Amino acid sequence: MRIGIPRGLLYYLYKPLWEKFFAELGLEVVVSKKTTKNTLKKGIEVTVDDICLPVKIYHGHVISLKDNVDVVFIPRLVSIKNKEFICPKLMGLPDVIRANIKDLPPIIEPTVDLTSSWLGFYRAVFEVGSYFTNKNTVILKAFYKATKNFKNYTQALEKGARPDEILEGCCNLLSNKAKFKILLLGHPYNLYDPFINLNMIKKIENYGARVITPENFTETIFKTHLSKLNKPLFWTLGNKLLAAAYQLKERRDIDGVILLVSFGCGPDSLIGELIERWIRKNTDIPFVLLTIDEHSGDAGLNTRIEAFMDMIERRKAT
Amino acid sequence: MRLSFPHMGNLYIPIKTFFESLGIEVVVPPLSNKETLELGVKHSPEFACLPLKVNIGNMIQALEKGANTIVMAGGGGPCRFGYYSEVQREILSDLGYDFEMIVLDPPKGNLLKLVKNIKRLIGDNSFKKIWFSARLAWKKAVLLEELDYADGMARVSKKLNKKKANNLFNYFEKEIDLTVSFDKLQCIENQMKECYHDLTPSFEPIKIGLVGEIYTVLDNFVNMDIKKKLEDWGVYVDKSISLTEWANTNLLLRLLNIHGEKNTEIAARPYLNHFVGGHGLQSVGNTVLYANKKFDGVLHVLPFTCMPEIIAKSILPAVSKKYNIPVLSLVMDEHAADIGLNTRLEAFVDLLCKRKEGMKDEILFRS
Ligand code: SF4
Repeated sequence: MRIGIPRGLLYYLYKPLWEKFFAELGLEVVVSKKTTKNTLKKGIEVTVDDICLPVKIYHGHVISLKDNVDVVFIPRLVSIKNKEFICPKLMGLPDVIRANIKDLPPIIEPTVDLTSSWLGFYRAVFEVGSYFTNKNTVILKAFYKATKNFKNYTQALEKGARPDEILEGCCNLLSNKAKFKILLLGHPYNLYDPFINLNMIKKIENYGARVITPENFTETIFKTHLSKLNKPLFWTLGNKLLAAAYQLKERRDIDGVILLVSFGCGPDSLIGELIERWIRKNTDIPFVLLTIDEHSGDAGLNTRIEAFMDMIERRKAT
Repeated sequence: MRLSFPHMGNLYIPIKTFFESLGIEVVVPPLSNKETLELGVKHSPEFACLPLKVNIGNMIQALEKGANTIVMAGGGGPCRFGYYSEVQREILSDLGYDFEMIVLDPPKGNLLKLVKNIKRLIGDNSFKKIWFSARLAWKKAVLLEELDYADGMARVSKKLNKKKANNLFNYFEKEIDLTVSFDKLQCIENQMKECYHDLTPSFEPIKIGLVGEIYTVLDNFVNMDIKKKLEDWGVYVDKSISLTEWANTNLLLRLLNIHGEKNTEIAARPYLNHFVGGHGLQSVGNTVLYANKKFDGVLHVLPFTCMPEIIAKSILPAVSKKYNIPVLSLVMDEHAADIGLNTRLEAFVDLLCKRKEGMKDEILFRS
């Protein structure tokens, strides 16, 4: 049986887990090809115009898969952490896809909801597993191997590798020799899909910089910095961004911060504001907020990145 | 303490009543107007949703009027509203205002904080007094809803012309606002019954169900008085959300933990199988219910970029097709203009009239 995984949204965080799990269950895993203009075009055709870019692109990936696989995997990710959510749009994702795309193969749509209990995760695992086998031991074993694979991945991230490097299999940790360090903040699907961000990481690293992202920070960093919040924030991805920004007060090695947000992103319309105000008040690190949507032409964004990087280069030289 | 709070429809009347009868000085911000919106837009994050911007405008105007404490509702997500207070506090203190913000968060395992915050507000008033104030405020909220309904029927049935209806509505709204005793409220209710009698229209009006994000549904400044507009055209409008009902299910039932599955959720299930924050699920479910109740159409209102309602907006076309009921999604933002809105509403009502007369029109969904 062929199972399709759309290369979009939280695929970039969970690839090592999902792929391994399905492979261990004996399925043939088909991941949609990298995002192209056509993926986006297909996605735009079927979605309402005010939904954010990453969700449109996700639609494009589902469309490219649907005729080549027996089932598609579209998880309903409600919450991956106690008392936190990801985004309302991901909570309704399978339903939105069903309403927008015709002639879909069956959808494997486990609900992952850890809002009240970590058991939610195991429930989801068995829900998915039992679709393909009725042997609980097989599911458990597959899950064990998948988590192990995933653990290796997160460990590599904490050591400084970036998801894009690991997923591409070209980790160059040696770039510690980099002239300066840029902290690139954003949601994984925006940071690690070079189509969405117009290959931004590459562009920045061409300046001889090392790009670090929220995925490089450990759970402890998040915990210490988020405890300062007046009121705990209920978005997991937002928390990562906030904590990554808050730790700048103690870190002297970051030369610039770029925050990348999707046009119309609900959570980031508030988080972006909080981060910007905080960085300006508490540090003197240069900061820029870049908004991307399907119209963000190469030219406009490129000029802004170049201007920002030139400025940092000059600053460093003095 | 000079207490204030942002507006949502005429909710200020019961809230003001509650705090004033506890002996707290209340500063009601000017009713939301163009200037409120301008202030809000100027000082809020560009891509924040409209309610946050109008709130900021209200708060600035309240602080300018001398308020020094702001009560704000909180929330546990996933909708943005739950984190408004934090962003608003930052914005206002960066603007140099000296004030305190008291956030009332639903008790998600942290009942103590809520109790503490409520305690700060009500001081050492006796329980009897608090109970009295709450009941008075509640009674007002109920009366205001009755007034809204009666006023609507008066317009739809054409028993009162627009000007008379406006006058009568304003008169009763003011009376309810100013009254401080139960007896007097009872008198007003009786008066209302006398004034708004015999409201059944002599014709079968077009019936529209109004669904969407709560603030947009309930605040007439933000929805550009859409309900009255339609009613003046003789269209019956049913609001799917009412404040008292919302308070009942969200505050009381949540506290008692008997929040069961509701009809709307069951109705929505084939199309949207999970809560998505705010009223997204209700928008889908209520559309199904309106179709079952043989309404002629459904109007879906949402602020620009509202996440739960964008989900609903994505799904409603499928519901519309399945149940053969026209749905119009209207996105509200600071640029929405009266003229554009009127044309779109007219076209929609036109479509509904034609369908009612038995003419076939294939276009079901518009946005
Ligand atoms: S978090 Fe933002 S970018 Fe991601 S799906 Fe939600 S609205 Fe879109």
